[in-house]
Amino acid sequence: MKTIADLKIGERGIIVNFTDEGLSLKLLEMGCLPGTQVTMTHIAPFGDPIAVKVTGYVLSMRKDEAATIIVA
Amino acid sequence: MKKLPKIALIGNPNAGKSSLFNSITGLRQKTGNFPGVTMDMLIGKWHLDNGGDAEILDLPGIYSIYPKSVDEQVVINILANPQHPDYPDLAIVVVDASNIKRNLLLFSQVRDLGIPTVLALNMIDVAENQGIVINSVKLARELNVEVAEVNAKKGIGLNGLRLAVNKTLESGYNSNDSLPMEYSHELVAEIKQKYGDTDDYHALLWLSEHDNLQQFNTQQRVGFDKLQEKYGWNTQNAQSKETMARYAQLNEIVDNCLHQMPVEDEVVNTWTDRLDKIFLHRFWGYFIFLGILFIMFQAIFTWATYPMDLIDGGVAQLNDFLKSQLPPTKLTDLLTDGLIAGIGGVLIFIPQIAFLFLFISLLEETGYMSRVMFIMDKLMRRFGLNGKSVVPLISGVACAVPAIMSTRSITSWKDRLITIMVTPLMSCSARLPIYTVLIALVVPEKSTLFGIFNLQGVALFALYLLGFFMALFSAWVMKILLKVKERSYFIMELPSYKGPRFSHVMFTIWNSTKAFVFEAGKIIVAISIVLWVFASYGPGDAIEQAEINVKMQNPTLTGIDLENKIAAQKLENSYAGHFGKFIEPAIKPLGYDWKIGIALITSFAAREVFVGTMSTIYSLGGEVEDENATVMNRMRAEINPETGKPLYDAALGFSLLIFYAFAMQCMSTLATTYRETKSWKYPAIQFFYMTSLAYFSAFIVYQFLK
Repeated sequence: MKTIADLKIGERGIIVNFTDEGLSLKLLEMGCLPGTQVTMTHIAPFGDPIAVKVTGYVLSMRKDEAATIIVA
Repeated sequence: MKKLPKIALIGNPNAGKSSLFNSITGLRQKTGNFPGVTMDMLIGKWHLDNGGDAEILDLPGIYSIYPKSVDEQVVINILANPQHPDYPDLAIVVVDASNIKRNLLLFSQVRDLGIPTVLALNMIDVAENQGIVINSVKLARELNVEVAEVNAKKGIGLNGLRLAVNKTLESGYNSNDSLPMEYSHELVAEIKQKYGDTDDYHALLWLSEHDNLQQFNTQQRVGFDKLQEKYGWNTQNAQSKETMARYAQLNEIVDNCLHQMPVEDEVVNTWTDRLDKIFLHRFWGYFIFLGILFIMFQAIFTWATYPMDLIDGGVAQLNDFLKSQLPPTKLTDLLTDGLIAGIGGVLIFIPQIAFLFLFISLLEETGYMSRVMFIMDKLMRRFGLNGKSVVPLISGVACAVPAIMSTRSITSWKDRLITIMVTPLMSCSARLPIYTVLIALVVPEKSTLFGIFNLQGVALFALYLLGFFMALFSAWVMKILLKVKERSYFIMELPSYKGPRFSHVMFTIWNSTKAFVFEAGKIIVAISIVLWVFASYGPGDAIEQAEINVKMQNPTLTGIDLENKIAAQKLENSYAGHFGKFIEPAIKPLGYDWKIGIALITSFAAREVFVGTMSTIYSLGGEVEDENATVMNRMRAEINPETGKPLYDAALGFSLLIFYAFAMQCMSTLATTYRETKSWKYPAIQFFYMTSLAYFSAFIVYQFLK
């Protein structure tokens, strides 16, 4: 299963589902809906956190949080 | 007089809420306090068409009405409670057109609370650059609400907004008729019956967020828990479902009103992208951050000294003037040596605090601060902290009180608590005068490190680093000790870079400085007065006898020398002197005598009192110009009666420096910790761990260097 955490810089993916129910509400509120396209834009110096472009803005999250978002 | 209608500005962070507030109110704004919490709230006046003014509140930015952090809770506490004094008569929801779906989620929630709502569509230019065209007339029709297109930054479209507000205020119209999600009407009916009549959405909000709402007492909260159980209510599940249902509804509306034009490259290379390549770079990112910190320290410790000297001189002159004009009574002494000296001790910090907040607000306004959080998160997490802990730790260099308050944006309770607990280890500006005096005593002025760096400067910098590393170390220990199983997360927007708004920066500086002067000031002034009383009175008539005794023992002394001798003798026999003698055995292993003991006791409430106490103890008159230099000369001349060598040798000097670097000597900070953690447990722990740390470190340093 591919997640946002697996994306390389510049790579795109479409959100399919969330594996963590507790986080999904916050992610939904931030505009990460199933069907939305995300683009990996930044990876912090020590590989964590990461930042993605989603619905026109840049959203940062930790790697283990990104790993709960399944993309296709 | 008729009550002014209240209008609340609500919106996502970075949607342009504060810009709109500034454009609407201009300079007609003041700060207020949210009831129950000390958080600044901006209140302004807005002239509406039909004669009257409206009161307009700028609320902190939120993404939804389900709060994730303490600063978001403030907003919900107002919106969830129609009886709240700040409950708005109308809400203007500011919507960022370039990110309309996410912004409309909040809009739909606010509208469903039954508050008459107007939509201010902002950042249309940004959206157009991304090829997004929005038909706002259609949007108004679909949402059944007044929509005003505005450019918040330039102040364009305010007339249209005023028109929309007038219309909505008059009709009191709210378009919510049914909620988009499914829910049990039976449950809502039972809530209404138990907790008062309201609309359905308020009832559901109470049910899911009751633990965070101030309006309910423990008994009522238990009642909600029982209802949740009875109906099998799962808050997380319900909120997720609601959010999905809202998006489903909004998707349709947005599809009808929004046209996406093709843009050449989807990942447009904006200024923000280009800057982020540098600021988030694995090497240059940290390099630039350190450079900014360096300039900040330079400003706080070098540039700020000029205004500080002016303030210092001004207060001294005022005191001299009053002393020469007023009759030499106890009351005059209280006014000059007690009260005015105390106020002076507060005012002297204004330049440093102002510089610090200038930098912090500039970094926050431009969007750079969230980049710092981004590159620091991984490093900070190792120590049980969070990328967002960077702001409190940096602010702690000025004053721990606003620094601790700035932890409110940290979503995880454990991370927030640890940040609060270790922030006072950062060397605040109140420690600076102590460092300055003591370093000058024990570090030779002329010597340099590698021939370039002034050794005194290196010592000062080392003390700051010491505080920082001790904060990290303590955080790491607490991370291991605190067994809270709680999720910490770091889902956060990286806003695009913006030029700072001058008025906003100035306002932040003004408000923060004012808060410091009044909050910390009250305590410092009170302590100075108490100290003055304890140093001026003593048991029995020993104080009255002091003058006669000194004159008898030193018949040749006259003038200032005589007065100083008398003052010293009086102090020794005062209550403060007795206290000092009392604790002498406990501080002897650290190398301190009873005089330093007095300074330790007086500075337990506020460490900035140390230098003042020292100057009182080493019996100074008010006529010497450079206060610090003379305290130093007196201290330098002090002889250790046991060894016959100078008392302030390296061992004692460094022992005191370490003690002050670690000791928890600030009532204001403890009070803030209490307020922010809502428990006496944490300030108590903070006090004991920091004081023990100070005592044992000073002990080791003294025993090693002795």
